[in-house]
Amino acid sequence: MKRHLVLGAVVLIGLTAYASDLFAEDKEALKAFDTVQKVFQSPRCQNCHIPGDSPLQFDAGLPHAMNVVRGMDGKGAAGLPCATCHAERNPPASYGPHAPPGAPHWSLPPAAHKMAWIGLPADKLCAMIKDRSSNGDRDFAALIKHVSDDKLVLWGWNPGEGRAPVPVPHDIFVAQFKHWAEAGGPCPVAGS
Amino acid sequence: MLVKASFQAYRVIVLHEQASLLQENNVVYSVTPLQNTVSLRKFAMLTLNINGKDQELDVPADMPLLWVLRDVAHLTGTKFGCGMAQCGACTVHVDGAPLRSCITPATAVAHGQKILTIEGLSTDGSHPVQQAWAELDVVQCGYCQSGQIMSAAALLAKIPKPTDSDIDQALSGNICRCGTYPRIRAAVKRAAEIG
Repeated sequence: MKRHLVLGAVVLIGLTAYASDLFAEDKEALKAFDTVQKVFQSPRCQNCHIPGDSPLQFDAGLPHAMNVVRGMDGKGAAGLPCATCHAERNPPASYGPHAPPGAPHWSLPPAAHKMAWIGLPADKLCAMIKDRSSNGDRDFAALIKHVSDDKLVLWGWNPGEGRAPVPVPHDIFVAQFKHWAEAGGPCPVAGS
Repeated sequence: MLVKASFQAYRVIVLHEQASLLQENNVVYSVTPLQNTVSLRKFAMLTLNINGKDQELDVPADMPLLWVLRDVAHLTGTKFGCGMAQCGACTVHVDGAPLRSCITPATAVAHGQKILTIEGLSTDGSHPVQQAWAELDVVQCGYCQSGQIMSAAALLAKIPKPTDSDIDQALSGNICRCGTYPRIRAAVKRAAEIG
């Protein structure tokens, strides 16, 4: 009987230590997700990740001038595509502070999966990022590639004059995103 | 020091007392003495395909397409309005899509892209949009209308029979101070009929 009690205690201690390690890993991953959220919900990203069809602009998130719309493919109206004004790169500084910024394939998410995360709490944002039915069928590897290499994403760190860049350095953001993804993408509990 | 280094590195061609050119390879810089400083402006020789013809143009490297069209190629149908892509008066087509030429460096469209201006839409005003515009007497002062017509033509190329909503969305970036919007919308529909 005594031997069984000792054995049980040893197993319990082992399980507790294992669970504690798991929670510690989750805690680190959730901390990494804080950084992910900070980036995704900066004006540079969320201005185009909107629930309706009218993008926002500037740091204040004002409705885009000229009643610009998403279009089915996310590239604007048929006769007024985003590329009418948004070129492949930011305009030269000599064009002044009011010329529209530019980056390759300037667009919103397509109407079929809007990825509208503006204003979402952390738990819902986390779930949306991972949900392949709403994120363009991206697994973690594809998501990491998207946040690491996509030139339109990278524009957020080089938005030109008059716009605040994403508030976290890109390399730190990608490292934190990978950390969160490699831990299986744990999500914060609602209301936490 | 930078200027001295530049003078050592580049061949200086003195044009007259106030201006010079610096040349290295095929890139030419204009040099304008201003008090104790010298401003450098990079020039480039571009080949632009405008209205179906290749043109070799020697222009400042950061010059907007609008000014290349107007001041260098002497195609003044495309208008300057706001200079910041807010009004649509400078709209041209590049490879069939509308583009605000006032904020597009000419160097960005010098890689074989086909640039179409109002002058190239038709040689005799026979494009359906031009016919409809004349038929419905759309124009009041006329300043914005080349941009309106180019945007309308781009819309009809994508949607041959546009709805009111299609027209509003496509032309909402073209401002008309005279307020000819109802006639513009009617003329786009008429152009769709003419086909």
